[in-house]
Amino acid sequence: MGRFRLSQGLKCGLPVILFLLAGFVAPLLAVVTYSFMPPRSFGITNNPTLANYAEIFISNTYIAFYWSLLFAFITVSILTVICYPIAYGMVRVFGRWAAVITLLFTIPLFVSENVRLYGWVLFFIKNGVLLGSIRSLFGYNFDSLLFTKGMVLLGMVYVYLPFMLFPMSLGVAMVPNDTREAAADLGATRWQVFREIELPLSMPGAVIGLLLSFVLAVGSISESKILGGQVIIPITHDIEIAFTYAQNWPLGAALAVMLMVVVGSLVLIVLRRFDLDVILGKR
Amino acid sequence: MSSNSPIFELRQITKNFGKLTAVDHIDLVIAEGEFLTIVGPSGSGKTTIVRMLAGMETPTSGDLMLRGKRINDLPANKRPTCMVFQSLALFPHRSVGENIEFPLKMSGVDKRERRERALELLRQLQLPEDYYGKNVTKCSGGERQRVALARALAFDPEILFFDEPLSAIDYKLRKTLEKELKDIHRETGKTFIYITHSLEEAMVMSDRIGVLKAGRFVQVGTPDEIYSKPANKFIAEFMGDVNIIPVKSSGTGKLISPYFEESIVPPIGSDITAGYLVIRPEFLRFVSGKSDADNVIAGKLYNEYALGSRVQYQVRVGEHVFIVEKLRQQAPAAGTDSGVMIGWDAKDSVMVGN
Repeated sequence: MGRFRLSQGLKCGLPVILFLLAGFVAPLLAVVTYSFMPPRSFGITNNPTLANYAEIFISNTYIAFYWSLLFAFITVSILTVICYPIAYGMVRVFGRWAAVITLLFTIPLFVSENVRLYGWVLFFIKNGVLLGSIRSLFGYNFDSLLFTKGMVLLGMVYVYLPFMLFPMSLGVAMVPNDTREAAADLGATRWQVFREIELPLSMPGAVIGLLLSFVLAVGSISESKILGGQVIIPITHDIEIAFTYAQNWPLGAALAVMLMVVVGSLVLIVLRRFDLDVILGKR
Repeated sequence: MSSNSPIFELRQITKNFGKLTAVDHIDLVIAEGEFLTIVGPSGSGKTTIVRMLAGMETPTSGDLMLRGKRINDLPANKRPTCMVFQSLALFPHRSVGENIEFPLKMSGVDKRERRERALELLRQLQLPEDYYGKNVTKCSGGERQRVALARALAFDPEILFFDEPLSAIDYKLRKTLEKELKDIHRETGKTFIYITHSLEEAMVMSDRIGVLKAGRFVQVGTPDEIYSKPANKFIAEFMGDVNIIPVKSSGTGKLISPYFEESIVPPIGSDITAGYLVIRPEFLRFVSGKSDADNVIAGKLYNEYALGSRVQYQVRVGEHVFIVEKLRQQAPAAGTDSGVMIGWDAKDSVMVGN
């Protein structure tokens, strides 16, 4: 049976390959197949149809896409502005305190996302930690801050911050100290060193953080449900409804496929602008 | 040796890193336009000295004078100096041309002029002009070397520092680049300060060499002075293959050594009574009788090594091994394990302390 001998590398990769085939490729194919099945059917042996996609384009689901993408975009923009200085500080300024700060950002990850979001609810709710304290201390009475778009954004920024911060600080750490010194030696001011050397050389890490947090943010649902009280309806919510209450699996599958296509194309556009080899560290 | 005016002056410069003293009360005057090499083993403080001169470290104490003005606290980007790093520190996200233009861009030179100057430097460093747009990470080791030098020259500094830039380069290319560097030193007339751990490399290029050990200069002098009159055993050893024999005065105007019976005629003018006698391998010669040299010792030819144009012999005298080097055509006919006599004249030996 010499012809079927597997190479050493393939043998090592086999468990992962099998796992990915069963756990990732198969469900994905199932979703794609379902998206071409007639509406409200539950098998995958019917004649394929584009009815679900037609339904998406006719109905007003574009609003949900709009909210999901817009909020993901705003979240990532805010995260970029917040995280770069922290990442820079962690690598270059804080010294031995960087470990403590890393820990502070990591520990919340051990607590379930929903539990943390309900923590925010208790904090902001009428008569909760914040407003209750203000009332009893100063006598001012405010309406609940919950269930606003701003609150949804706060939740998203809070939840996805580590996913932006850590790749970004890795990116900043990848800037060789020599190049920084050389630039200053060649007459660059501190600002010029940052703009010409540190920022572009830390881009690979920043881009990974950007993509990671964007993809996660587009797929977010709990923030709008728990903190937003459904003040916005993201696309993930529509997908969930289609699969549960509406019992329309093919429509849900088609929505999921559409979301993948939209996010996938956006990611590809970004990656085309940045050399993937550089991002993966293969200079 | 220099008739030129001093450009840089180190007065009692000390640099501590925590409890470690990297540079210990150093005095040095660097003349305008000279090629000075600082040689020392790793950890001797040579990089620290240059980093202080370049403005990347601040001295703990002492004065750093540039043309008579104290510049201890002047930052790197305000000094008329430029460093070629050991790693070269090229900017990987910029092309060859953009790397070279970097200092010009920082000082606001317009685009066309920058490009002209970059192309000029590419020509001067014997790189093809179409390298202007080439990705700097795609260049070979020697090319990257030249790009780094071109970038430093584009800054038009008065003083250039080199922190072992050739250490990672293979022997043949290194020899070529050493000569090119010396040529560029002549062409530009700038002051070059070069760091290396190889005294051999220092010999090839320098006007003056400073040998550093544990944060202090052991000897500063021309290559010739260092070669022929090493200040102590450390420098003599640092120069590579050399015969170092422990000796002490016999009280009768001669020297005796634990290695052999014969007493030695000391070099003239030496007032060291106990120390080491240094004899270069090329000053030892094979002789046929006691009267052929001031000092003659009998030994056994143990091994020989071909060194290209020269041949190196190991001659055993008791437990000690002498190294003798001869040009190929002067090689003796004796085979290994045969008895030979080696000799040297007193004037070709040097007495050093520890």
